[in-house]
Amino acid sequence: MAYLFDTPEQRRVMLDAIGVESVDELFRQIPQDLQLGRELRLPEPMSELALEQEMQQRLGAVSARGVCFLGGGVYDHFIPAVVDEITSRGEFYTAYTPYQAEASQGTLQAFYEYQTLISQLAGMGVSNASLYEGGTAVSEAVFMAMRVNGRHGRVVVAGTVHPEYRQVLETYFSRLGTEIVVIPPEGGVTSLEACRRALDTNTCALVVQQPNFLGCLEDIRGLTESAHAAGALSILAFDPISPGMLKRPGDYGVDIAVAEGQPLGTPLQYGGPLLGIFTCRSEYVRKMPGRLIGKTTDRRGRDCFVLNLQAREQHIRRDKATSNICTNQGLLALRATVFLATVGPRGLRQMATLSHQKARYAASLLTQIPGVSLKFPGPFFREFLLETSMRAEDLLPALSAEGYDVGPAPGRFATAGLAGLERCVLVALTEKRTRQEIEGLAAAMTRVLQRG
Amino acid sequence: MRNPTATKLLFEMSCAGRGTQVFPESDVPEVSGLAAIGAEFLATEPLPLPEIAEPDVVRHFVNLSTLNMSVDSHFYPLGSCTMKYNPKRHERWARLPQAAGSHPYQSEAQIQGLLSVLYELQGMLAEIAGLPGVSLHPAAGAQGEFTALLTAAAYFRDRGEQRTRVLFPASAHGTNPASAALAGFECVQLAGGRDGFVDLDELRAQLDERTAVFMVTNPNTLGLFERDIRQVSELLHSVGGLVYIDGANMNAILGRTRPGDFGGDMMHYNVHKTFTGPHGAGGPGAGPIAVRDFLAPYLPAPVVTWDAARNWYSLSVPEKSIGKVRTFFGNVGILLRGYFYIRTLGGRGLREASENAVLNANYLLSQVKDFLDVPHGDRCMHEFVASARRQKEQTGVTTMDIAKRLLDYGFHAPTVYFPLVVEEALMMEPTETESLQTLNAFAAALRAICSEPADLVRGAPHTTAVCRPDEVNAARKPVLCWSAPEC
Repeated sequence: MAYLFDTPEQRRVMLDAIGVESVDELFRQIPQDLQLGRELRLPEPMSELALEQEMQQRLGAVSARGVCFLGGGVYDHFIPAVVDEITSRGEFYTAYTPYQAEASQGTLQAFYEYQTLISQLAGMGVSNASLYEGGTAVSEAVFMAMRVNGRHGRVVVAGTVHPEYRQVLETYFSRLGTEIVVIPPEGGVTSLEACRRALDTNTCALVVQQPNFLGCLEDIRGLTESAHAAGALSILAFDPISPGMLKRPGDYGVDIAVAEGQPLGTPLQYGGPLLGIFTCRSEYVRKMPGRLIGKTTDRRGRDCFVLNLQAREQHIRRDKATSNICTNQGLLALRATVFLATVGPRGLRQMATLSHQKARYAASLLTQIPGVSLKFPGPFFREFLLETSMRAEDLLPALSAEGYDVGPAPGRFATAGLAGLERCVLVALTEKRTRQEIEGLAAAMTRVLQRG
Repeated sequence: MRNPTATKLLFEMSCAGRGTQVFPESDVPEVSGLAAIGAEFLATEPLPLPEIAEPDVVRHFVNLSTLNMSVDSHFYPLGSCTMKYNPKRHERWARLPQAAGSHPYQSEAQIQGLLSVLYELQGMLAEIAGLPGVSLHPAAGAQGEFTALLTAAAYFRDRGEQRTRVLFPASAHGTNPASAALAGFECVQLAGGRDGFVDLDELRAQLDERTAVFMVTNPNTLGLFERDIRQVSELLHSVGGLVYIDGANMNAILGRTRPGDFGGDMMHYNVHKTFTGPHGAGGPGAGPIAVRDFLAPYLPAPVVTWDAARNWYSLSVPEKSIGKVRTFFGNVGILLRGYFYIRTLGGRGLREASENAVLNANYLLSQVKDFLDVPHGDRCMHEFVASARRQKEQTGVTTMDIAKRLLDYGFHAPTVYFPLVVEEALMMEPTETESLQTLNAFAAALRAICSEPADLVRGAPHTTAVCRPDEVNAARKPVLCWSAPEC
């Protein structure tokens, strides 16, 4: 592996300048008895060519994979070529956190544009420059709500919020004594009555999702009003494609809106890295977690951009910081920026509309199959919960064997509020799915259920 | 040359009706008989996003990119961030279809190749750490710290112990106290010795039955190997506490010594630093953790396991798992780049990389120490911290001025004003992938700056697109998005 480029003569020059005989001498700082004294037990080094051949064998094969109707937070959306082209540029790709503003105006302006685009998308006052992914964004939102209203006793979460978001929330708050109250779904949605009962004077926030994990649309305005009536903040996890067609979080008057930003130009990558979108009302900006880019002027009065309000962050405030996050998801935020700039408002509307139309077409075909119905009769956006005569753990592998990947099945999550859905599976559509693929899925499901 | 037209804000470039047709018309029939989305859910106005044609989008971002410094274009000795060259082959391999296109709810049968790679990576990270339990979940180092602290807390709770305090030296990264606070611990900061090392007496005085974890970066943020780390570990263990190694500086010691061997019980890696990963203008990273065997049952879910008899890889939940710390599995795209790096270098290559990182840092130190103070001695590991205290006293030129002036010479600045324990700190980490010529040129630039007229340096940078943004005013009246100047 030719990775070290200095010649022996150059190394000699360096060692002489330092005043040591050998590199080993430099490592005498490490006490002898702590030195490993053997080589690490790792596979032998490999050339670029040989490892490429091996990796093509191991990671190149997708023959077992079917057409993707998988949902549950990340989706198989189209990514225009321009996104890969721009974000592969080394000037963006191999820079780091823009601590030196003069050497990072490209990054800083792009992230200022990201913040603006995401604010526009969510209809919210302010966006940060990204968090890790949707699940931790929910937990960070709850922490922020506590900073805003000083209530730490309880957080109320709809049982229709993504089970993994709720699992992350349980882990994040496991040591803090905050009670996490889950509202069981009624007919696939959250009842206002049950929500009001769960909210008390110690509740910092209500967490809901739109469309929710089961694909249904919630009464976000009513839920938000209930939260506000109890003095709690309203936190909404939204689908970042949905504003192409549906109301935005800001239209409902929510206080904090977060999202899994993967649909905006990030490949699936087995679920990571992703993009945590975090937005809120402008008045709460000083309580926000994560980086913020601000516009200002330089010594000569020129407009420019800087890391702003850093006094909230861990490198300044340490244990009093609004979050421990340091490295964020810059590259994915850049992907979302280029993506939104490229598709524009009409492109996003088309994505949303196409996904919705195809979801309706798929639902109409699938529910014509004997024994198959929509679990909940209400409207859906691009993902719906199907109930069949088969247990989900039998249906899904059988469909995959036919070349169609569907799911997830809510029953796989050992999480409160998802009981009684053992025969249910989620089906998700994007603009990429063709009529032929949808009809193929319907035919495959017919065959599988007939076989029983 | 800056292109002022193309680098206007996207929103100023927007023109109603312009844009690019990306998507086709619908190929499915309209259906009836299903509930339609009611007006209460539908948007009433078009989104206010900008409308720009693709050629203008491309020119905009290409021009913006030229306003950046990056590893691919410039020497970037940003201490503690390990800004090494990233081999381009990793990018091609990370785009292989099973890696880039797998959905997280894909069945195990469909991703055996990917799971086999992740399983191997768990084993490699265990071997490099000398700690057998590995979780690949954490999205970055800071989340690794938080995850490990929750893992430790679950272990203590299981033993019926009430341990409430996390200790760390003043030279620690800000993420250490921030993660400890997030995990619900009381933070105790130790001043440390004047020589830059942990002060054993000070540490001993703080240890008791309330002590949960001591978090220490080794090599520490001054670029020194904590020579008493074994005693530190024994002290912690004697009161039932644990030692956490912040692995931000692992690039100094690969194959030379291992956190598990020098007394660490838990650690995180920064895959994007120690191995490789696009730093991506701020991320993504990956922060896998490695822990001792008795902590492994508490790791987050799931881990990858292998059934040798069936040659089958699966995801399983550790016996007493703390649960999930993020959605899905981890930052797989970055973890893979780390795996590719380890596979191409092998054990000897990793050791050579660390040797060269340490050689380069010591050489750079030898070239600057006659004109810059280096308060903690003539030897370092992979990085060192110089101080512009003398310059500030004599000419009024500060560390920030020197950092800005370096940009004029075509070098990214070192990390400045960190660690907090060094006045006017300049933390330099050249990494192993820089040549002797580059190091000489950088040292020569620093030397030149230190003898330039103070006004010239204080006025720097002179060649960049902007000069010294007004951060104070930015914070006083934050302007964080284009549409609402008052937000």
